[in-house]
Amino acid sequence: MTTYYIGIDIGSTCAKTVVLAETEEIALSFVLPTGWSSVDTAEEIRRRLCEAGYDPAELACVSTGYGRVSVPFARKTVTEITCHARGAMLLHHSRDLTVIDIGGQDTKIIRVEDGLVKDFMMNDKCSAGTGRFLEVMANTLGLRPDDMCDLARQGGGVSISSMCTVFAESEVISLIGKGEKKENIAFAVVDSIVKKVASQANRLEKGGPVCLTGGLCESDYIRQALGEQLHTQVQAVAEGRYAGAVGAALCARDLMKKG
Amino acid sequence: MADRREMWKALGMDVDTHDGLCAALPVAFGDVYLSQKNRPEGMAFWDFVVSDIHGIRPAELLEAQKEGRKVFGTFCVFVPDEVVVAANGIVTGLCGGSQFWVPDGEKVLPKSTCPLVKASVGARLGRTCPFFRIADMYVGETTCDGKKKAYEILGEDVPMYIMDLPQMKRECDILKWKDEIAAFAKKVEEFTGNTITPEKLDEAIRLINNKRKALARVFEARKNPDNIPISGTDALLVTQIAFFDDPARCAEMCNKLADELEERNRQGVSVFEKGTKRIMITGTPMAIPNWKLHHIVETSGAAVVCEEMCTGTRYFENLVEEGLPTLDEQFMALSKRYMKNNCACFTPNPGRVEDILRLAKEYHVDGVIDVNLKFCCLYDTEGYSVERALREAGIPVLGIETDYDDGDSEQLRTRIGAFVEMLG
Repeated sequence: MTTYYIGIDIGSTCAKTVVLAETEEIALSFVLPTGWSSVDTAEEIRRRLCEAGYDPAELACVSTGYGRVSVPFARKTVTEITCHARGAMLLHHSRDLTVIDIGGQDTKIIRVEDGLVKDFMMNDKCSAGTGRFLEVMANTLGLRPDDMCDLARQGGGVSISSMCTVFAESEVISLIGKGEKKENIAFAVVDSIVKKVASQANRLEKGGPVCLTGGLCESDYIRQALGEQLHTQVQAVAEGRYAGAVGAALCARDLMKKG
Repeated sequence: MADRREMWKALGMDVDTHDGLCAALPVAFGDVYLSQKNRPEGMAFWDFVVSDIHGIRPAELLEAQKEGRKVFGTFCVFVPDEVVVAANGIVTGLCGGSQFWVPDGEKVLPKSTCPLVKASVGARLGRTCPFFRIADMYVGETTCDGKKKAYEILGEDVPMYIMDLPQMKRECDILKWKDEIAAFAKKVEEFTGNTITPEKLDEAIRLINNKRKALARVFEARKNPDNIPISGTDALLVTQIAFFDDPARCAEMCNKLADELEERNRQGVSVFEKGTKRIMITGTPMAIPNWKLHHIVETSGAAVVCEEMCTGTRYFENLVEEGLPTLDEQFMALSKRYMKNNCACFTPNPGRVEDILRLAKEYHVDGVIDVNLKFCCLYDTEGYSVERALREAGIPVLGIETDYDDGDSEQLRTRIGAFVEMLG
């Protein structure tokens, strides 16, 4: 009988769950909005896991992300740096890589060398250059974040100078007021976040392929724009948003192996 | 505990507001300190001091003032205590380490000033720290722009003397600092009415050297690669209180503590499990009661074994030559010792990187956390060279910028937790 391992990544916006088989294949994955209570979200995750036949009371489970301490059935908590690194290694089949994760409230750049985290960097406490920034701006434009990213491809010629989410929002509002085209504003928003992330990534010595994980890796345009800023190809895989949860599941497997 | 309210009132303090601080401190101290396991028994002294931090020492200082002695408040490890002590004066630290004082500081200072400066000014203007009320004279120094301009504001209602610290380390700078020390000695003589003789100064030099040696012994015990006899959180408190305590008592208590720590090392009594990762913290000072980073590190599975900061090795490393016959030679010896301090205010400052690499070896550290208080341009900028040198030496390093506010503690916990996981 195959053994399964559970990884839960409770981020500020989304809670990602993965059940990993011994073969390192993803047996189950699902996303829930984190909502206002990580505890309630954790309970909902437990219910869904049990429904699918993976009772966390019987399987090794590790939690990560901001809400990691709110998962009562997790045997251990591991930080999202370690988890994203391990998950990205598995998903990208590489032991040497640079991981960029644009999360809901922080952006992480992780340098992995020979299968180990060598160095990492996280943005400061402000939300510039994070998924939250994108979300707030998309809201202001009356778009869904992914639609805004798609629309950005058709725009250009406008820029937002403010790094602060609150000030940038006022800038966006005044651009709307001036009758600027939506695609141009969308372009400016994406351009701003990509430049911020790239300047952060440039402070870290890079090596191996650059891989984008987290929810934003599903946007081809973000990936492409980031690649242009970093002068390199940025890779992404379909399960990229689950990288943290996959890494947590791998940590759960370690727990069992160590006994 | 004695009721100190009358004393505080007599000092002109805002007692009601101060009560807020008095109420918060024991909770913070309980959470950070008393929750620790396997503490050395000797820490009881420092626990006692903190339990009445605005009472015990201030009462002693007031007694001394009644006998005609003068109290000098200082903000920096560059002001030579020896000179004050030689004139029968008393030195007390003044640096503010609590967010409690920051809003009062922000009333007059730009928000983009480092929290240590804001808290210090706030403690004075808000009348919520007895040490700021008791000090007869403040002695500043020109180590940073934030402090330089803050002195002008502080100087409006208290005698303020400023020593001009050179920002380079050429021979002429050491001579210049010697002249500054001599000028300060003159000022101290005038202010206290006491003459500084070579005998008195030599006695003071020995006294302060003894305090340094005692602190160095405590730190020496932390170098043991197989045993961690004291938590970094506790060691930090010892250094923090050293700025306020009577130097002879400080030496006595530190020596007692060192005896116990040495015994713990012999017996293998450790605060942490075997294999706990050893962290050195480098960077800006942590004035009392700033325990934030140490607490996060030591509740994230690692131990702090050394502080390369003013509240750490920069306070006690290097001794002043003793037994010199003339004031002129003594002032030079003082200048030489103080100018060995590798504060980030100097340029260039290769000595600091050398210190950090040396300490990393001596204390057998697994990783370094380089921290700077927000808006400390000097340490922030120097962090680049520090972190690069550590990486080149193969020592993992995490750079952190923070202030007194607890708003970022969860984020710091993630970063520090990830750093500890990275160390293996």
